[in-house]
Amino acid sequence: MPDGAYNYAYLDEQTKRMIRRAILKAVAVPGYQVPFGGREMPLPYGWGTGGIQVTAAIIGQDDTLKVIDQGADDTTNAVSIRRFFARVADVDTTTRTEEATIIQTRHRVPETPLQEGQILVFQVPIPEPLRMLEPRETETRTLHALSEYGVMQVSLYESIARHGRIAKTYNYPVLVNGRYMMSPSPIPKFDNPKLDRNPALQLYGAGREKRIYAVPPYTPVKSLDFDDHPFEIETWEQCCALCGSKASFLDEMIVDDEGQRLFVCSDTDYCEERRK
Amino acid sequence: MTDLARGLADPAHDAQRLFRAVLDGFSHPGRIVALPQAPAGVGPLSAAATAFVLTLVDRDTPLWLAPAFDRDAVRDFVRFHTGAPIVAREAEALFALLTPDRAATLDGFAIGSDPYPDRSATLIVEVPSLSTGPERFLRGPGIQSRTTARVDGLPDSFWSEWKANNALFPCGVDVVLTACSELLALPRGIVVEA
Ligand SMILES: [Zn+2]
Repeated sequence: MPDGAYNYAYLDEQTKRMIRRAILKAVAVPGYQVPFGGREMPLPYGWGTGGIQVTAAIIGQDDTLKVIDQGADDTTNAVSIRRFFARVADVDTTTRTEEATIIQTRHRVPETPLQEGQILVFQVPIPEPLRMLEPRETETRTLHALSEYGVMQVSLYESIARHGRIAKTYNYPVLVNGRYMMSPSPIPKFDNPKLDRNPALQLYGAGREKRIYAVPPYTPVKSLDFDDHPFEIETWEQCCALCGSKASFLDEMIVDDEGQRLFVCSDTDYCEERRK
Repeated sequence: MTDLARGLADPAHDAQRLFRAVLDGFSHPGRIVALPQAPAGVGPLSAAATAFVLTLVDRDTPLWLAPAFDRDAVRDFVRFHTGAPIVAREAEALFALLTPDRAATLDGFAIGSDPYPDRSATLIVEVPSLSTGPERFLRGPGIQSRTTARVDGLPDSFWSEWKANNALFPCGVDVVLTACSELLALPRGIVVEA
């Protein structure tokens, strides 16, 4: 299809206005999931349609876009989203975290600290942090209205009783500004501390359930924990085999037929910059 | 229609740039944000209020006009460029254009509900200046510790009403203060102290 067949940034102007209004409400009520009437996007849901809709509603020709998937800029998912916006929104793209004005991400927060003015757009598969514990939407909505999160505390404490620690390592629930419980999307809990008082704006888009939520800059984001079991992030005995970092989130790789394993940074841009 | 004021010259790109400025304002409450290439103000409205309407108001968002703004020039402009229904009752509005004196009370506008705090109104309040009024201190999401705002022309009761509005959180109205081609956002979660 020729590019002339699309509106700028793919979505029509009315859809963009609707999403933009939802984004403003989300910023005004940090951590609250704002319903929006999303349009179908030309990608299957698993590809991050919610994040793509948010990015499409905010992006402009002055932006520089970075897209990461599990920390990497070169996965099929990241490459196709980046190409999509380069084509329909005529934007520059980059793999460098500090050059990007918008970073769309699936499953990671960049290791390089973000700056004021940057926008981090998360692709969210399941926006409701209580969904596994309470399948009924009317019930979870009531729990959020009352800020009544005992059910999650009980669940985490049962995990401690069973495993001696909180077993949840991804999508670890947070409390935003002391009010709303929020799913940080399936990022490793290693990334949770980066959400807290981050100078960048965080926008979260869930395509299937059509929800947008946000964390404004500098807003407190606390990972749930207990006095006797404080929140802790993952640590590694190894450092990155490529750049030597001891401070980044590491992926395990099997490098030969003997099953020899190496640990390397999940954030490919961070790792490459350190090797320069 | 020949004397109708123009809307956005380049709708997709102008609306995108203006929205990002509005989003910047909401993300940094109390900060004065300049609207890039804002169109000329229509009738008694500032360029900033006009730009805000053109960027975010449409046929899905009922608009309420304070009496001072309820003129043919504004009504024709809003109807032609946005298609928004202009409503007579404050409670039906998702957006409202207010003069400072009408902002003496925030009563009557939709504040949402605890399950749906997003079903609330956004009030655009025109003021004479965003930088020459009495000093007030702002705290809350988007603000690193504390910031200062010097909005001029608002009645004292606006600030006591704001305190009551803030106490309704997560319900409440959001306010956008506009002057010339600049705006300053006050999302409902912001605490303001003299
Ligand atoms: Zn590395």
